[in-house]
Amino acid sequence: MSSLITEMVGKALKLNIPLSVHLDLTYRCNERCIHCYLDHQDHGEMTTVEIKDLLDQMADAGVFYLTISGGEIMMRRDFFEILEHARKRTFCIKLKTNGILIRKKEADRIKALGVESVQISIYSHIPEVHDAITKLPGSLADSIEAIQRLRAHGIHVIMANVLMVKNAEDYAGVRALAAELGAQFAMDPTVTPMMDGDRGILSLNVDEAALREVFRNEALVGNVEEFCAPPRGPDEAALDMLPCSAGHTACYVSPYGDVYPCVQFPLPCGNVRNTKFVDIWRDSPQFKEVRSIALRDMPSCSVCTHGATCTRCPGLAYMEGNMRGPSSQDCEKSYARTGIPSENLKKRKASSLSFDSSHLVQIQELQSTAVNFVPIGKENNALNA
Amino acid sequence: MSDKPYVARSTMIAARVLGEETMIMSATDSTLFTLDAVATVIWESADGATPLEEIVKKKVCAQYDISLEVALKDAEVLVEQLAGHGLLLLSDRPIAQPSGPPKVNP
Repeated sequence: MSSLITEMVGKALKLNIPLSVHLDLTYRCNERCIHCYLDHQDHGEMTTVEIKDLLDQMADAGVFYLTISGGEIMMRRDFFEILEHARKRTFCIKLKTNGILIRKKEADRIKALGVESVQISIYSHIPEVHDAITKLPGSLADSIEAIQRLRAHGIHVIMANVLMVKNAEDYAGVRALAAELGAQFAMDPTVTPMMDGDRGILSLNVDEAALREVFRNEALVGNVEEFCAPPRGPDEAALDMLPCSAGHTACYVSPYGDVYPCVQFPLPCGNVRNTKFVDIWRDSPQFKEVRSIALRDMPSCSVCTHGATCTRCPGLAYMEGNMRGPSSQDCEKSYARTGIPSENLKKRKASSLSFDSSHLVQIQELQSTAVNFVPIGKENNALNA
Repeated sequence: MSDKPYVARSTMIAARVLGEETMIMSATDSTLFTLDAVATVIWESADGATPLEEIVKKKVCAQYDISLEVALKDAEVLVEQLAGHGLLLLSDRPIAQPSGPPKVNP
């Protein structure tokens, strides 16, 4: 992060300004990705008028970075009307799309509207692998065509590669494809639970060995020695660290107007259909609670050697049942990165050993939970090569 | 005095006022800039219709203890710099914008 951005984020934090918002326009999608955390139904999306009003409210509240995502954003017929309004309110806009509906006309429009970047998910450079993940035949070819159209206009394109069992061997190929197309490559080694809490899709996550390999790939992480260095436990200053920007300078708004700290942090904080955005941001008891939590308030993480350097996601911790607790997926990542188990992993291991093997029911329950927690975690920043 | 006294905010920018400062990002190359309080006043007044000298006189000199001559000279340097990065448009005549200047904050 540049020092200027760091300075601006610090200022936004001090002034309690929601500098970044992730807005999902719809959960409908023309792909059916096997790892997707959303359902694809329309349960009553905000209307064009409601969204435009929300954009006005967000601009007035000081939102600068606006990520417009979904579902597939172009499933909304009013997408460009919304985008045009957002640009009139001078947001810095990042679009997340699969690109399938971006033809020449759409690429021209995106260019004309001055969008900062467009992120398109590419799971593999091999059509059979990518299309098996999206469950849409021909989708890789269509997404690549969209990238080419956008790049022809000089638009900044990010190719996002979610690492999972089915494409574990392909990230180098996707990275090479990105270079060929003039796009930025970004990898996300985490499949997260469904927004409704269903953890079944976590079985798509790669195992620890694959994760370890990724973390030792210089092309992805830069200085491997530094990236994988053993952590020094949190010092006094680190104990006052905030977990991440969720709820502090960033939040998420669903297609139905529900406001959450982050797309990965499904703690309902209010709904813009009955409360002003800025009032939710400033006064919601949920946001206040999230903001009250520093590292020292986390019983397990504050005494963990990874405490100051872990990528702990408070949303994943919340989905595990305690927003002050550890995020086991991030514990697994810290372990894969450094070879040193977190306090949480040590406790889990100890408690699993303490069970008497004659209590079969208990053992089965524990194993079933452990499977849900197996490997991975979200490396939002570090792996964005 | 500048031979291009009219200034207008480019539509190819992202911008937001944060406290007394303004953060601006160029949509052409994603470069981020910040403007201090005085520059923010000029930026917000750059509507394409008001000459720079009038902006400086009414908005800067009225609020800050500075002579018109000095403030205008500084303002001209500022707008030239911003124009150089594509954030402002300069013209010798009023600048009409397709649907009004971009609205940065309330």
